[in-house]
Amino acid sequence: MSMDLTAIPLLSLILWLPVVGALLLFFVRKESTIKLIALATMLLDFVVSLGLLLNWSNTGDMQFVEKLLWIPPLNISYHLGVDGISLFLVLLTTLLGPIVVLYSWHNIKNNLRAFMVLLLVQQTGIVGVFTSLDLILFFIFWEFTLIPMYFLIGRWGGQRRVYAAVKFFLYTMAGSALMLVVILLLYWQTGSFDWIELQQTPLDPTVQTWAFLAFALAFAIKVPLFPFHTWLPDAHVEAPTAGSVILAGVLLKMGIYGFLRFCLPLFPDATLRFAPWIAGLALAGILYGALVALVQKDVKSLVAYSSIAHLGFVMLGVVSLNQQGLAGAVLQSVNHGLSTGALFLMVGMIYDRRHTRLLTEFGGLWKQIPIYSALLLVVVMASVGLPGLNGFVGEFTILVGAFKANRLWAVLGTVGVIFAAWYLLAAVRGMLQGPLDNPANQKLQDLSAREIWVLVPLILLFFLIGLFPNLFLDKINPAVETLLHGMNAAAQISFLP
Amino acid sequence: MNLPHIDFSVITPELIVIATALVVMLAEFVGAHATPSPTRSHRIALIALLGLVLAALAAVAGLGRAATDIQGMLVADDLGRYLELVVLLAAALGLLLAWDYLPQFTKMHSEYYALYLLAVVGMMFMGKSTELITLFVSLEILSVALYVLTGFHRGQLAAGEAALKYFLLGAFSSAFFIYGAALLYGDTGSTHLVDIAARASGGFLTLAGLALLLVGFGFKLAVVPFHMWTPDVYQGAPTPVTAFMSVGTKAAAFVALFRVLQAAGVSYATWSLVLALLATLTMTWGNLAALRQSSLKRMLAYSSIAHAGYMLIGVTAGMQLGLSAVLFYLFAYAFMNIGAFAVVSLLERPGYHATQDATIDAARGLFARKPLLAVVMAIFLLSLAGVPPLAGFFGKLYLFNAAVQSGWIWLAIVGMINSVVSAYYYLRVTVLMFMTEADETSFLRSPLSNATGLAIAVAMVGTLLLGIFAGPWLQQLGQAALAFAGS
Repeated sequence: MSMDLTAIPLLSLILWLPVVGALLLFFVRKESTIKLIALATMLLDFVVSLGLLLNWSNTGDMQFVEKLLWIPPLNISYHLGVDGISLFLVLLTTLLGPIVVLYSWHNIKNNLRAFMVLLLVQQTGIVGVFTSLDLILFFIFWEFTLIPMYFLIGRWGGQRRVYAAVKFFLYTMAGSALMLVVILLLYWQTGSFDWIELQQTPLDPTVQTWAFLAFALAFAIKVPLFPFHTWLPDAHVEAPTAGSVILAGVLLKMGIYGFLRFCLPLFPDATLRFAPWIAGLALAGILYGALVALVQKDVKSLVAYSSIAHLGFVMLGVVSLNQQGLAGAVLQSVNHGLSTGALFLMVGMIYDRRHTRLLTEFGGLWKQIPIYSALLLVVVMASVGLPGLNGFVGEFTILVGAFKANRLWAVLGTVGVIFAAWYLLAAVRGMLQGPLDNPANQKLQDLSAREIWVLVPLILLFFLIGLFPNLFLDKINPAVETLLHGMNAAAQISFLP
Repeated sequence: MNLPHIDFSVITPELIVIATALVVMLAEFVGAHATPSPTRSHRIALIALLGLVLAALAAVAGLGRAATDIQGMLVADDLGRYLELVVLLAAALGLLLAWDYLPQFTKMHSEYYALYLLAVVGMMFMGKSTELITLFVSLEILSVALYVLTGFHRGQLAAGEAALKYFLLGAFSSAFFIYGAALLYGDTGSTHLVDIAARASGGFLTLAGLALLLVGFGFKLAVVPFHMWTPDVYQGAPTPVTAFMSVGTKAAAFVALFRVLQAAGVSYATWSLVLALLATLTMTWGNLAALRQSSLKRMLAYSSIAHAGYMLIGVTAGMQLGLSAVLFYLFAYAFMNIGAFAVVSLLERPGYHATQDATIDAARGLFARKPLLAVVMAIFLLSLAGVPPLAGFFGKLYLFNAAVQSGWIWLAIVGMINSVVSAYYYLRVTVLMFMTEADETSFLRSPLSNATGLAIAVAMVGTLLLGIFAGPWLQQLGQAALAFAGS
């Protein structure tokens, strides 16, 4: 049974609800009320976003499209829509929203209201990125997401928070500067900022090359693709846990999404031309991220570097430019959001108790806090790609795609998977097993009910995706097919087998 | 003898402001025995404010009407009316800042407001002038008034220095301007822009004349390399004056520059490269110099140089798109820049010594002390940096779009890179406000007066909403620009 939701501007609702919640927060003073309103808004937003699934049709087209002329002289529209590529990224964003609010329930000591306001408007920015079909609208949301994260890191972050926040802001802003000029250039060439219209206007190969490079730079920094990754370890490590979860969970996915949504369909020739180069960088990132993660002493930096490796893997799927590679990239983006989000949450939970994240400080936690340890093991297994859990499905699909595109890519990528197992399992062994010899660890409290509830939805999804991947792939695949066919039709050289 | 026919409706808003200036001046003699007091000052300010509002209403009433003129010297077209509006907006916001700032250091309230209104009149005339002598006279009216206002803080060394510097360099620039006008007159036998457009030889005299005029404009716009006076003057002048003139003078000079360039009688291609280079120099130098300032006012002074550079991109892009983009930017700039100066005026210690006025350290821990004020300041600064969805972003979007559409792609790239550089020094202030704790260097003038509060509120609403809701209005600006470009 499905309700008819087409009459409601569902995407606008999902997009703007958090802002409404943020505005409400200005009128309340009591901390508990602030938390309740923030949580309720996030939950409501999530529930509303589930409406997308209720009325979903498994086609490759844009759905729930809304279009309003916004700035008439430049033909800029408020144009929203989702397809199989963005659907789960939107849902991932709205799912992580209530989770981070719930996680931050007790551990934000100052300016709780401002913190919650930032989390809420951040969500609007990210959902905006995933749903905008007008390049200017997209750019506005894209740049806007910098502001809340900048303040989240800079105000509530760790010791080097100011450095990390400013670096994050400037690095990403610099990366996107050329993108805006190129968007204007495209408008000059085609008279449109509209994603759908732009796809129907073939572009000159030289323009494509420059446009691709400018877009790719902005997206590569966000992903981050090696060697544009240097902002990431700083930002991830210094951000408060809620910020790290959002950063790793969804902000990085904006880069992947950018490649899929804009670079591939709008500049197909340039994409084909540069795909091997990007694959090279992705592979370098996989190996580099893994090797650096291997020697980290701080668990949070370990997770941060593992993100570089994992996202390199996702990029490998993107540039495979075939059905499996792209579908795997979309699915693995979601997987990484879930499992790395969970990892950051669990690192945060142990940090809240011990105020340290050094691996050497831990050992034998299994005896003292079994619930935490068991859940950590599950989360790590999901991240490593154990069959039956979500990571396996994504990685496997990407590897199949990569193998079809270039066998060497697949081989090197597999090495990365092995490395991932190595550093994550080494960390688990160091933390959970061995003797419980540090006296500070002998008084540790196990997870509270709230903390367990924060993790349960994520872990359930690990299993859901791992055991029934087709629930997800069935929605992703048609959109990927449409994307590939569009590219093939537009590209000057046909590349589909 | 026949008096020339004068259509006074062309200059209704100006007449209102002049009348207000006279009333304000005379107000000094009403109850002259009473000692000057803040209340008295407020009464005078209120009269001045009413005058500005009435003038703005008169300008709005004229919008969309056909252009009329006085003997080809002054023209009332939509371009002129929008210019009046942006000047009046800046003037009103600056006046609200002076409301409680002025009584802190002087008792000469009617002099201040009368001169202030005359500067406003000069700016309004300047943007409506279509004849070089009228243009020059307007320029002098606004300049002389501003020289005095700059040095209004008489007890202070830096204010005197600023006023003298401004006066000397301003006199220089006036000389350049009038020399340029003379050469053009020599070339064409007329000072009317229409005649110049029709008769200019395009030879040496035209080029030299226009180049000299451009130098004159360059001074007023604080275009590099004619910007040397800006940091000292902006720092030494009372903050409300700085706030007002950073926007008002630019607005008037930019519109006048458009009028002169349109009449240049020299092809666009000749000038646009010069303007593009000036824009590049101005943006880059302004932003790089702002990076190393420790005084908030000096930082904003260099930032205003950079913003003149951004707007020069619009001038380079040419008449229709460029002009509407510059007009839009001026409105956005009025809101965000005066808003930022408003907050700066609160961070200054009373009776300050200009060398230590409002250092950026004064903003330390502002978020912990006054959260809302810190948030508002952050919004102004991020808007100046061009971060969406604030007014400054849309301003830059339209400017850069104008550049790209007229083939100046590299100029748009330079502009974007400059935005990123500028983000660094704007962020530096937000770091101090939000991410450090207050210490003995931090300061805030309190309590926040209603007038300043109102100015900040108006500026913030403008900065937040102008870009998002200005779509249809932008179309009207475009039509005004089109009407001008086609005339």
